[in-house]
Amino acid sequence: MSTHAWESLSNQAVAAAGVIYFLALLSHLVEWSALIGRRTAVAERKVLVGPAGAESSVPSSTEAPVESEGAVGTSGSSGEDERATRAELFGRLGYLLTCIAVACHVVAIASRGFAAGRVPWGNMYEFTLAGTGIVAAVYVLLYRRLKLSWMAPAVVAFVLVFLMVAVLVLYTPVEPLTEALNSYWLVIHVISAALATGAFTLGGIASAMYLLKRRRPDTQTGWMARVPDLPVLDRVAYRIHAFGFPIWTFAVLISGPIWAHQAWGSYWNWDPKEVWAFITWVVYAGYLHARATAGWKGRNAAILALVGVATLWFNFIGINYFSTTSMHSYAAPAHVAAAAPAVPEALR
Amino acid sequence: MTVTEDRTPEREVAPIRELTPRELLRWGWRQLTSMRTALILLLLLALAAVPGSLIPQENLDSVKTSNWQAAHTTLAPIYRKLGLFDVYGTPWFAAVYILLMISLIGCIVPRLGVYWRGLRSQPPAAPRNLLRLPEATSYTTSASVEEVSARARAVLRRKRYRLRRVSTSTLEGAGEVSAERGYLREAGNLVFHIAVIVVLVGFAVGSLFGYKGGVIVLQGDQYGFSNELTQYDDFDPGSLFRPSMLNWFNLHIHDFHVDWIDSGPRQGMARGFRSDLRYQTSPNGPTKSYDLEVNHPLDIGGTEVFLIGHGYAPEITVRDGQGNIVSSGPAVFLPEDQSFLSFGVVKPPSGQISLEGLFYPSEVTLPNGQPVNVTGDIGDGSDAVLSLQVWKGDNGLANGPQSIYSLDTSKMTQVTAPGGKAFNLRKGQTVTLPDGLGSVTFDGITRWNKLQISQTPFKHVALGGVVLALLGLLGSLFIRSRRVWVRARETAEGTLVEVAVLDRSGGDEMAAVVAGLVAALQGRPEEEPE
Repeated sequence: MSTHAWESLSNQAVAAAGVIYFLALLSHLVEWSALIGRRTAVAERKVLVGPAGAESSVPSSTEAPVESEGAVGTSGSSGEDERATRAELFGRLGYLLTCIAVACHVVAIASRGFAAGRVPWGNMYEFTLAGTGIVAAVYVLLYRRLKLSWMAPAVVAFVLVFLMVAVLVLYTPVEPLTEALNSYWLVIHVISAALATGAFTLGGIASAMYLLKRRRPDTQTGWMARVPDLPVLDRVAYRIHAFGFPIWTFAVLISGPIWAHQAWGSYWNWDPKEVWAFITWVVYAGYLHARATAGWKGRNAAILALVGVATLWFNFIGINYFSTTSMHSYAAPAHVAAAAPAVPEALR
Repeated sequence: MTVTEDRTPEREVAPIRELTPRELLRWGWRQLTSMRTALILLLLLALAAVPGSLIPQENLDSVKTSNWQAAHTTLAPIYRKLGLFDVYGTPWFAAVYILLMISLIGCIVPRLGVYWRGLRSQPPAAPRNLLRLPEATSYTTSASVEEVSARARAVLRRKRYRLRRVSTSTLEGAGEVSAERGYLREAGNLVFHIAVIVVLVGFAVGSLFGYKGGVIVLQGDQYGFSNELTQYDDFDPGSLFRPSMLNWFNLHIHDFHVDWIDSGPRQGMARGFRSDLRYQTSPNGPTKSYDLEVNHPLDIGGTEVFLIGHGYAPEITVRDGQGNIVSSGPAVFLPEDQSFLSFGVVKPPSGQISLEGLFYPSEVTLPNGQPVNVTGDIGDGSDAVLSLQVWKGDNGLANGPQSIYSLDTSKMTQVTAPGGKAFNLRKGQTVTLPDGLGSVTFDGITRWNKLQISQTPFKHVALGGVVLALLGLLGSLFIRSRRVWVRARETAEGTLVEVAVLDRSGGDEMAAVVAGLVAALQGRPEEEPE
């Protein structure tokens, strides 16, 4: 296939992924609406299991209060039943659609790479494409393990919005990399940065959920009731952040400087992107530190995590509108001699 | 076998330490304050770094900075006083990180002692009422107290816990096992913090004693560079740098290759370039050669040479009205865009005229007469065009040093070509200037390389520090630290076994750990592998 064919395959796959993400979002919204006004499985299960707990050899409270569709049938009228079935059906459909969309997304990223003949992380469009792809893929992979079904609408909406931003605002045709970007350290640097970005974003979503849930922790109905209890949310957020932070450290403070040293002759240049990556690092270091020593759990930690995500995404997109000197602004190759004075107007 | 569950509601558990309460309080207070201070300083550092990313910085982009200053006449003096054009070199920025460093050291040193004592001491004895701990459970069994204790010891040892040797129980006739694991967590934590200091020291040494300089070197064996201060075009030393720290070498560019992109949207731009560099590291030493490329620097005894740019230097000869040469040789023109349309000036030290103009490596004239540059690939040079404006009068060279890349025409008058402003020349052509001012010849084209030469002492210390920090971080995040107590005693119904866990790392599901321990003690398969 030619460069052009790969590129258009990539664009079609992005469009397909977008449409399927949208359907997945709709499906999750139907699921959500079916839950409104209904006592959820969690609430029921607590009631059911409570008195019977003594028979179990393990304290009942040790079981994480997860949603369990199996317990639903035991309660209520047939109308309740029907709605529960509907919620379950659409929940599964949503997850299935998300899986398909992720597959399209992966095809889009891969064919973009084939089109360019390199790793597909040469510009903002490609990085956003890869970043959202990683968020979605991490979510799909951790879905069962961390029981993330409660996160579904938020993640799918997030991925959809950023995919749209990528297509509408950031799109650039396939281009070869400039010389300075042509290094295997780029691959390592960007993979780790994107992976950490995905993890921090999921962690941020969990923290945002925490703050939402905190306002009405005892909600028994609707979608919020499916969101795990506050301590579980707090713990999930912490785990995702603890996973992301070492990767971010590697991306920003090890692979980044090594590459910068090779390409620009100085391992730390106080370039705006570097500065903001460092700020993000400091905020998340503060988050982990505050949890470990100052005992900041829950609300304060969640707010700090959201500040971290804000700096992360500001660095990714926002800083480009404030600063043009960044060597990370992929548009201008760093190797064109920087000190060129402005050409007098008469010569133009 | 019946199992009863006993969980106390969420409440504060008194810390278990062999310290007097007063000492404990003081220790705790000190700990808390220094931690909080460190945290605030950390966030302050982040905050202090923000302005530098939004306001143009002098040492990053001096042109942009001076433009900004010219555009903001009220703000610029205030910003200058606050050091906002060089944020990362200001005393207040330094103050934040030096304070942070002191706070870090003040934090680590006592903790090292605490950790050292903790390593040598045994896991603490069980608290009196185990079931008051947040994660605790109990069950009764027909096994004897001794059997339960032996089993608990075996299970905990298998799980790599450190066991308390003497098990004097606070309760008469009870068997008690105290265990602790995850000592390396705190070690990782300490390693991380020490490594941060190592990184700061490495970074500081690098920026205090290092330097970064740039020089444009023309291609050809007759040109070259030797590592002396006067040879640099720009030089940015650290504040403790001394010229004696420059090590001796010279180099020249024997040959230069560019790989042009010949199709696609970036057609005409350079994909890659490579210099055949020749260098000597001692005056009578052998000449070595090196392929210098982007991302592939040359290291000469700790001084590194980077290839960061390239361009064209048209060879221009200027003659005065009598035919005497007043200036000749290549003049470095700086690329204006990615197609290598370049701008440069020629300022002969003597003589009446100066030149400024554009160099088109590959010129095409549009139907409307407008010249455009197609590609940076000069080919055989037949499409290269030099478009020069000629100025007559005082070029200001006599008034002191000035940029060789710009011409101050305020005291000069322009000499116009017939039919237009600029004189256009192709390679080999000569144009005779009006009014007997002389002539200008475009002799040929030489290439140049922009080299960045820098010395960053302790860069491997900084790198090693970060790697160490990452390892310590992984340890402090993923090694789980906890204490376990198992107490067995005779009751009327059989042996009552109490199991309690104290989580010392946070973020773990302790209930699952307790369940797993109970299962192991009862000889059942564990549901949750540790």
